[in-house]
Amino acid sequence: MSYELVFDVKRGDFDKAGEASRKIKKTLQQLGINNKIIRKLSIAGYEGEMNLAIHSLGGKMTVNVGEKFITVEIKDVGPGIADIDLAMTEGWSTATDKVREMGFGAGMGLPNMKRNADGFDIISELGVGTKIVMNFFI
Amino acid sequence: MGKLWHSVYLDKEKCLGCTTCLRNCPTGAIRVREGKATIIESKCIDCGECIRVCPHHAKLAKTAPLDAIKDYKYSVAIPAPAITGQFSNYYSIGKILSGIKSLGFDEVVEVAYGAEIIGQGLKYEYESKHYPKPLISSACPAVVKLIQVRFPELTSNICQLISPMALTAKIVRKRLRGEGNYKDSEIGVFFITPCAAKATMVNNPSIEGDELYSHINGAIAIKDIYGDISQYLSDGKEEIEGIHNSTAEGFSWALSGGESNYLKNKKVLNVDGIQNVINVLEEIECGKLDSIEFFEGLACIGGCVGGCLTVENNYVAKMYIQERAKKSKQVSTAHIDEEYIKNIYDSGTMHMKESIVPRTPEPLDKDIHKAIEKMKQIEELETHLPGLDCGSCGAPGCRALAEDIVAGKAKEIDCVFVLKERVLELSQLTSELLQVGHPTGKIDDEIKKIKEKK
Repeated sequence: MSYELVFDVKRGDFDKAGEASRKIKKTLQQLGINNKIIRKLSIAGYEGEMNLAIHSLGGKMTVNVGEKFITVEIKDVGPGIADIDLAMTEGWSTATDKVREMGFGAGMGLPNMKRNADGFDIISELGVGTKIVMNFFI
Repeated sequence: MGKLWHSVYLDKEKCLGCTTCLRNCPTGAIRVREGKATIIESKCIDCGECIRVCPHHAKLAKTAPLDAIKDYKYSVAIPAPAITGQFSNYYSIGKILSGIKSLGFDEVVEVAYGAEIIGQGLKYEYESKHYPKPLISSACPAVVKLIQVRFPELTSNICQLISPMALTAKIVRKRLRGEGNYKDSEIGVFFITPCAAKATMVNNPSIEGDELYSHINGAIAIKDIYGDISQYLSDGKEEIEGIHNSTAEGFSWALSGGESNYLKNKKVLNVDGIQNVINVLEEIECGKLDSIEFFEGLACIGGCVGGCLTVENNYVAKMYIQERAKKSKQVSTAHIDEEYIKNIYDSGTMHMKESIVPRTPEPLDKDIHKAIEKMKQIEELETHLPGLDCGSCGAPGCRALAEDIVAGKAKEIDCVFVLKERVLELSQLTSELLQVGHPTGKIDDEIKKIKEKK
């Protein structure tokens, strides 16, 4: 059993901000996934979607519903993260002032994703891109 | 889960089967079947959008007729704060209330009075810290239902205080019981309602699961008595002394932000209009608005002044109320007597007996494997549909039609575009078949004859 949802997120596309997360939420509700899991996934997924729009040059968000868990993979083409440990620190952000004015870039993104996911993995290569894989137990 | 009673219903005679309500329903609860709009009960939140937009006035709200008050020896009207915005400031609130009493009520008590008490109680409730952030107002029943259906994880954020309407009814009944002149069953308490959602609440004890709404015997629509009150006012009749007991803070609950006003030093967010409320709840749900401390969402534009059972334009009504608030010198006893409020608060009278639980819609299938299969079928079907969301098939959009087809409630050819394609295929097939020669040659002869005639 497996089911996949794929979304393309473009850099700076704030018109569509949150659209992927909303669709993911509705789909998971229709599949009968527990509300608590959906909420955690919504929070983490939204952060991931925003990261793609703000920090990357664009990327893909893939949700896979499997037997035991749901996997969310967020993969981008972009600058990459120089120091992952630092990026995982609450309050640390490279977001521009313009982005902060829009209410984003408070430096809570990655830590918030990790907190809400049951499994969290991040790999990044400077000048190439970043890949985050999160798992949520069903 | 008990069956939900809804106040929104359809006048079949008037419904032409146009798709106006279908396309405006914020929860996708309407389908046009056999030329008539039908409501999917489990999805309807009684917001009243369909009543507001129906060009043929075929969508209505079940409310009590004024005659219903005759069934009781002693009848009390409890008008919603929105009543103060229905008439120009030339007429005092006292006069409007006197007009209501003249319809045959023995007594009129403003819900704005209960609102003042709940508003003061809200401060204590906020401080109790029983809630995840933000605390969400329970004042609008349509928004509460919306959260139950669409944002189930936010139900624990909903404030557990009862509505000003319910508290006012409780206080009135308690006093009348104390006076001992009438039995409880002889007293009829009627809410004068600006909206369908409140009418549902009065008639639907399952919402808060206790005896609460037996305190209220019916909801009468503002628009049904508007004419009689106007008449009373234009006749220049007297104001009954002492009938008006609410403060500006109390009757301002009819406006968006009226309730939040009680949490002045907190970070509050007021949103009105059901679609706007949905958009902001989406943001709250995905954790974007963590710093908000109190969220007040009202389904109607402007707040209760925009209710679908009111008469005056909502912006005009808002102006009237704001002007009244500026002039109001009334200071209620509730406002000064903190101890009175604290006593009611501590007694539990202003709290719901049961918490508000999610009413998550049924999944595609209880078995996740089957649900996934169905989801794939839906997506496959969607690729054959035009994606115009025109509503001609009777569902609010192509996705909804695909879901209905998989659920066995609709057919692919309900879509006019699919139907047209099929007709085209059929006509091509027909013309192909006509080219086939017949072994006896007889039919070919017939065709020749027809062609020659032409």
